[in-house]
Amino acid sequence: MLRQIEGSRAIAETVALCRPEVVCAYPISPQTHIIEAVGELVKAGTLTPCEFINVESEFAAMSVAIGASATGARAYTATSSQGLLFMMEAVYNAAGLGLPIVMTLANRAIGAPINIWNDHSDAMAVRDSGWIQLFAESNQEAADLHVQAFRLAEELSIPVMVCVDGFILTHAVEGVDLLEQSFVDAFLPPYEPRQVLDTNAPVSIGAMVGPEAFEEVRYLAHLRQLDALERIPEIAQEFFEASGRDSGGLVRPYRTDDAEVIVVAMGSVLGTLKDAVDLRRDLGERVGVLGVTSFRPFPSEAIRDALKHARQVVVIEKAFSIGAGGVLSSDIAIAMHREETLLRTVVAGLGGRAITRRSLEKVLDDASDNELAPLTFLDLDHDAVDRERARMQATRRSGPSAENLLRDRGTVSQKADA
Amino acid sequence: MKGNKTMFQIRIHGRGGQGVVTAAEILSVAAFDEGRHAQAFPSFGSERTGAPVVSFCRIDDRLIRTHEPVMEPDAVIIQDVTLIHQVDLFSGLSRDGYVLINTSSSFSELNFGDFFDQFHPDRLMTCPATDIALEHLGRPLPNAALLGGFAALTGEVTMGAIDKAVREHFAGSVGERNAAAVKAAFDYVASKIKQVARASTN
Repeated sequence: MLRQIEGSRAIAETVALCRPEVVCAYPISPQTHIIEAVGELVKAGTLTPCEFINVESEFAAMSVAIGASATGARAYTATSSQGLLFMMEAVYNAAGLGLPIVMTLANRAIGAPINIWNDHSDAMAVRDSGWIQLFAESNQEAADLHVQAFRLAEELSIPVMVCVDGFILTHAVEGVDLLEQSFVDAFLPPYEPRQVLDTNAPVSIGAMVGPEAFEEVRYLAHLRQLDALERIPEIAQEFFEASGRDSGGLVRPYRTDDAEVIVVAMGSVLGTLKDAVDLRRDLGERVGVLGVTSFRPFPSEAIRDALKHARQVVVIEKAFSIGAGGVLSSDIAIAMHREETLLRTVVAGLGGRAITRRSLEKVLDDASDNELAPLTFLDLDHDAVDRERARMQATRRSGPSAENLLRDRGTVSQKADA
Repeated sequence: MKGNKTMFQIRIHGRGGQGVVTAAEILSVAAFDEGRHAQAFPSFGSERTGAPVVSFCRIDDRLIRTHEPVMEPDAVIIQDVTLIHQVDLFSGLSRDGYVLINTSSSFSELNFGDFFDQFHPDRLMTCPATDIALEHLGRPLPNAALLGGFAALTGEVTMGAIDKAVREHFAGSVGERNAAAVKAAFDYVASKIKQVARASTN
C-alpha cells in the first residue's frame, strides 16, 4: 500500500514483514528510528514470534545476531558509524562464519571529529569484511532491498548490509509503496540453514583453521560473492516481475547509452544527479548517470559494459581513503581498465555537507570543459584550509585543527585572549 | 527548481519544541492525500529546545528524486518571530514567493525596510498562530495552525487535506483542537488576503 511515511518506518515495517525471529540492536543516530519502530512492532505483537533483545553495545548486538543465526534463527540488526566500528570484529566473524544476518547501515560519518551526519565512511570501513553491501537510492528501494537481502543472504549463506543514507533517507517522509505480507511470504521462503547448532547433530562452527586450509576457506567466500553477482540481478528481476518495481540489481544506468560523460555514484545523491543530468540533456549535452547498487560484490563486468563508450567518467564519492584518494574510483579504474577514458574523482558530502544540484552542475560543467582535477573535493573552502595551514606554520602550539576551523567559521566564538 | 514548474518548495523556520519537523511532515501527508508527490525532511541539526530549527517540504505532480535541502523556496513559514534578523530566513526566496509569519503584528510592522518592495503584497502575511493555538489547544504550539494559514495563502493544498492530515497525526481531542486552530488560522489569513485585494483595487 502506498503511504506517506518516514524512511526509517518504511524499513522497519518491511523488516517485520520478513519475519525475523531475533532482532538485537543498540541505538545510535541516525539508525535509532528504525530499531525503535521494529521494537514497537514486536511489543504490539505485529511481529511475532520474535525475540527483541536490548543489548549493551553494538559488539553485543552483532554477537547476539551471530549466536541467533547459528541456531537457525533469522536475525536482524541495524547500526551506524561508530556503532559499526565497535562491532567490527563480530562483523568480520559473521561473514567468515557464513551466517546470513541482515543489517541496515544508516550511513553516517566516522569521528573524530565527532559528526552525526551522513557520508559513506562507515560502509567503506567494512568493505573487505565479506558482507554483501547494497546501497539504496530512495526509501522505496531501501524498503524493497531488505526483502531481497534476506532472500540473498539465506540462499548463499552470506550476511547482507543494506546501506541507507542516514538522515537524508532515514528521516525523510516520502511516498513508499509497502509490500503485503502475502507477497513477502511468497518471495522469501522460511530460512533453511546450511549449518546449524543442534544438540541432536552436534557440529563446531568457528573452528581454528591454520595455513593448511585458511586460504581455501577465504577463496570459497570469494566464490560465494561471485555467485551473488549472478543472483542479485536474478532476484531483482523476480522481484520486478512480482511487484512491478525496479529495485535492487547490480548497477542502474540512467541516460548512459550515448553519454560522453558518465557520473558514477551510490545512494541518495543519485536522485539529485538525475535531475541535474536531465537539465543538461535538455541543453543537448550527452551526459548520464551510473548508480552502483551492489558495492560488494563489485559488479566489474556490468560497470565495464555501462562505461565502455564514455569519454570521461566522474566518480562522486561520499568517502575517501585519506592519503590515497577515491575508494569507489579505485574499484572502477580496475573494472574499466581503459586508458583512453578519463577517470575523475569528486569527494562530496562528507559529514553531511549538502550536495546541491547547483554544485553537481558545476562538476558537469568542469567535466565537459576537461577542467576537473584527478581528485576534487566538492565545495571545499580552500581559504579556510590555507588559514589553518598558516596558523600551523606560524606557531608550534597551534592547537586542535577542528576547533580552529569552527572558530574560523564563526560557529564557535573567538577566545578572549585570541 | 528550474525546468520543473510543477514543484513547490517550502521551508519552515522555528525553534526546537515548536513542531517544525512535524509541520513539514503533516504538510507532506496532506499533499500526498490529494494524490500528489511530496517529501518532508528536517535540516538534521542537533535538535535542542529553543535552538533554531529548519525543515523542508516539496510538493510536485511528478516523482521527487532530489534529496538536496530546499535552496530556493517558493514559500517560507516562520513559526517564531524572534528569528527575524537572527537567521537568514529568506535566502533563495523569489519575488513571486510567499511568506507566512507567526505574529500578532502586521507584516508592515516588522521593519523589513525595502526588502519586500518587489514582492506581491497579497503573498506576504502574518498570522497570530500562537494566540490561536493558546485559544484552541491551551498550549503555544503554532505549527498546525500555520498550515491552515499556508493553505489559505498559497492554495497549494486544500484546507480539507490539512484538516485530515492534522487529525491523522494527533489522535482524539488533541486532533480536534488542532483542527479547530487550523480552521481559525485559515479563516484569518483568507480574510486578510481579501483585505489586501480590496485595498489594491481601491
